[in-house]
Amino acid sequence: MILSQLFMATHKSSKITVALMLMLILNSFASFAQLDTEGAVDESFNPTEMIMHHIGDSHGWHFFGEGEDSFTLPLPVILWTDKGIATFMSSAFHHDVEGKHVVESNGQKFVNYHEKIHVLNEGEAMLKYDEEAHAALNANVAFDLSITKNVASMLLTVVVMLILFIGLASHYKKSKSAPKGFKNILETLVIFVRDEIARPQIGDKKFMKFMPFLLTVFFFIWITNLLGLLPGAANVTGNISVTVALGLFTLALTIVNGNKDYWKHVFWMPGIPTAVKPILAIVEILGVFIKPIALMIRLFANITAGHIITLSLIGLIFILENAGVAAISVPFAVFITVLELLVAFLQAFIFTLLSALFIGMAVQEHEHH
Amino acid sequence: MDLITPEYGLFVWQVVVMLILIFLLTKFAWKPVMKAVGEREASINDALASAERAKEEMANLKADNEKLLQQARAERDEMLKEAQDMKKSIISEATEDANEKSERILEKAQVTIQSEKKQALLEIKSQVAELSVQIAETVVKKQLDDKKEQMILVNKMLDDVKLN
Repeated sequence: MILSQLFMATHKSSKITVALMLMLILNSFASFAQLDTEGAVDESFNPTEMIMHHIGDSHGWHFFGEGEDSFTLPLPVILWTDKGIATFMSSAFHHDVEGKHVVESNGQKFVNYHEKIHVLNEGEAMLKYDEEAHAALNANVAFDLSITKNVASMLLTVVVMLILFIGLASHYKKSKSAPKGFKNILETLVIFVRDEIARPQIGDKKFMKFMPFLLTVFFFIWITNLLGLLPGAANVTGNISVTVALGLFTLALTIVNGNKDYWKHVFWMPGIPTAVKPILAIVEILGVFIKPIALMIRLFANITAGHIITLSLIGLIFILENAGVAAISVPFAVFITVLELLVAFLQAFIFTLLSALFIGMAVQEHEHH
Repeated sequence: MDLITPEYGLFVWQVVVMLILIFLLTKFAWKPVMKAVGEREASINDALASAERAKEEMANLKADNEKLLQQARAERDEMLKEAQDMKKSIISEATEDANEKSERILEKAQVTIQSEKKQALLEIKSQVAELSVQIAETVVKKQLDDKKEQMILVNKMLDDVKLN
């Protein structure tokens, strides 16, 4: 177990290193490009911006095209402000993310500055932004409950999962035999989660209680990862907010279900000298939180790194302004994408396995020695 | 830094979506699926166990059959042996019987031969006597004749008797 975790850690860090290196290289290329084409700096291709735009969240679901001509699916913007809830469609901003287009709703003025929606202070007509301090001078960031691209993608996963698994469940109403075809694959995966993840980590007696969470989390992460690999799709599991939420579910389950023995081992570890106990208690208490934090970062970093590598390889074509680069970039990008198919499953598996492991540690019955 | 700064809105949505998803799937998918899979596994295990039992019973039955067959074979062998013995005894009895009978026949034949021999001897004796008388008669008749002639006559007569 420790070995595999170590392997995962090294695997992850090497991947992130590659991603960062690629980004650095791209940036240096890009600055060369900018030097060559003096005067047209603004129009030159900025790979960092492109990549950040692709892996970040946005209020509309952009598929292709630029500016007013682009094909973007408008999504609802829901803002929680001092004066109540304001809602409008993301198309109201007219693809503006520079804070120039002001939308009026519910008696307030809103601007979209790099996908952060600001509420302009009363009486202000334009956003004034301090680039140095990274803060708006005359506006506040609204509490944003919008159905963003990521939320929409999440809901798509929900729909896919409901169709798949309620469909699977409906099979058993008709017959008691094993399903055929795709449903059989689904059933095999459900049994895989039960027999390879839940049962060995949590134990025969208690695993059933945690099956709904583990199954949901496993399939949610996997399907979202796979959907994220489609062109134009969102980077949901590569968003830290999403992985934090998922990790907190695991943390909550370990805290709520931790038995007396578990807490005893955390706060007052038996079987060691009393002098060491407080020191170990600090380490163990930190461990309770670090374990799910590691889960959050692992999933976020792996998925984001995969996206960055693919985008960087494609970005090379535009930086070097040479279609011939595609001959090298595209096969590499295809290779990375195929690798990401594997990573999509692997990360879902690891997240679920480690969640099961942490829950298993919390509910384990210790033999008293 | 945007990349690693959580956004509250998305976080809230993820938590809500997750809770709803867990609730819906538990109710409509996981519970029925797990139940059905569990039941199927139990029924498969039962079927396997009962198959094992049937196999054992079959083996027992086979062993019984084997036993019966062996018994039958032993019985058959015994019967054959008895029959053989009977055959042998019948043959030997018959042989003895035959021997006895043939001996008896032989004995009877000997007795008859003896009695017939006696009778023949008696007849011979009586004929010899008669012949002796006849020879004596003839010898007496020719007493006066040549002695030599008498001897020839006696011999001739004896020859006649022998021929008879």
